[in-house]
This record gives sequence, structure tokens and C-alpha cells, in this order.
Amino acid sequence: MTVNVKFFALGKELIGENQLEMTVPDGATAGDLIDQLKEKYPRFAELNSFLVAVNLEYAELNTPLNDGDEVAVIPPVSGG
Amino acid sequence: MIEITAEPIDVQKIIAAASSDDCGALNVFLGTVRNHSRGKDVNRLEYDAYPAMASKMIQRIVDEAGEKWDVRKSAISHRTGVLAIGDVAVVIAVATPHRQDSFAACQYIIDRLKEIVPIWKKEVAVDGETWIDSHA
Repeated sequence: MTVNVKFFALGKELIGENQLEMTVPDGATAGDLIDQLKEKYPRFAELNSFLVAVNLEYAELNTPLNDGDEVAVIPPVSGG
Repeated sequence: MIEITAEPIDVQKIIAAASSDDCGALNVFLGTVRNHSRGKDVNRLEYDAYPAMASKMIQRIVDEAGEKWDVRKSAISHRTGVLAIGDVAVVIAVATPHRQDSFAACQYIIDRLKEIVPIWKKEVAVDGETWIDSHA
């Protein structure tokens, strides 16, 4: 299945993209996707703190993904 | 009303969007760009945002505030992109029948916004650029 992965702030700079289409095995979790990102983009490991959002909601790494999901890597926020 | 915008914020428009005839208090918070941070001179700030999720999280915060205080109307705008010293980065306007609720709700909304809303600021100083971690 394919998911759309979005990056912001430092994450965007480390990956070098705003977003990526990524193919993950059926049954994959958000954590599996993160592992795949770390393998493919070694500099991603420099982002030592982040949360994950699935379809605009903060999610645990064990959240199962579905085809077409929008997954975002959320570095520590600093709005305001 | 909630907006994430790359354009300069029209503060009067935000105030008008929050005004309500049944309210005697309309509290407005402006967050502006400061010229120094952590002992360094700041030249400008660059904001990044996840607009769809940011709007959704701000709506949730407004709903939370509405459960705690008698918020009749509110309007919130957050800027993105490159901001100069003195520019308005965020405006929060909250209308309540009486003033105590408007102060409390306005402070709650800006505090929670800084905690959970996916917006990021990068400080650009003479000696380099840093993405800020408000919780570090």
C-alpha cells in the first residue's frame, strides 16, 4: 500500500522534500514507516525528537496504517 | 474563525470576527517577533506550518476553552513564512460576557497553541539559523 508522508521544519530540511509517496507492506505501522525512512534517509536520524500524526491526528508508533493515509513527521512545535 | 496565513494578519479583521453583541469583553493577544532570543540578536523568523492539522488542533483548543469558560466567539490567525522584527505572528481574540473569562480563555488558547499546534519557528541570527524547540 501507499501512504503520503509530509515533512516540516527541520524534518523537511533533513529529508530534502516536503512530502513523499512511500510504499509500505500491508499491516505496516507508523513505526515501520519511520524505520523505513531512517534506512532510506540516514540524515533523518539527526531529528532526535518528533511525534507522528496520521490523518491530522497525533498517533502512536504502533498505529496501523491504511492505503492512502497521510502521515506527518512532527518535530517539536514552536508556534506563537 | 481560524486561519493559517502567509499574508500579513489584518488585526482589525480578526477583532471584528470575534466581536459579539452579547459580550462585554473582547480580549486580544498579539504575538510579535522579538529582536533577541536566548542571548542572541535575531534578524528575522521563518515559520513553517502544517495548515490542515494546525487548524484542526486550534479548533480543538477553542472547544476546550469553551468547556472551561463562557466563550461566545473567537478568532485566531497565525502567520507563516518570513517575518521581520515587530511583525505580528499570531492574533487571538476571545469574546465573553465578562472580562475574567476573556483573559483566562485567551491565555489558555495561546499556551495550548504553543504546546500542540504543528507550527514551527526558525530563528535567523547573524551567526546562523536554528529551529526552535519550545519544550527543550
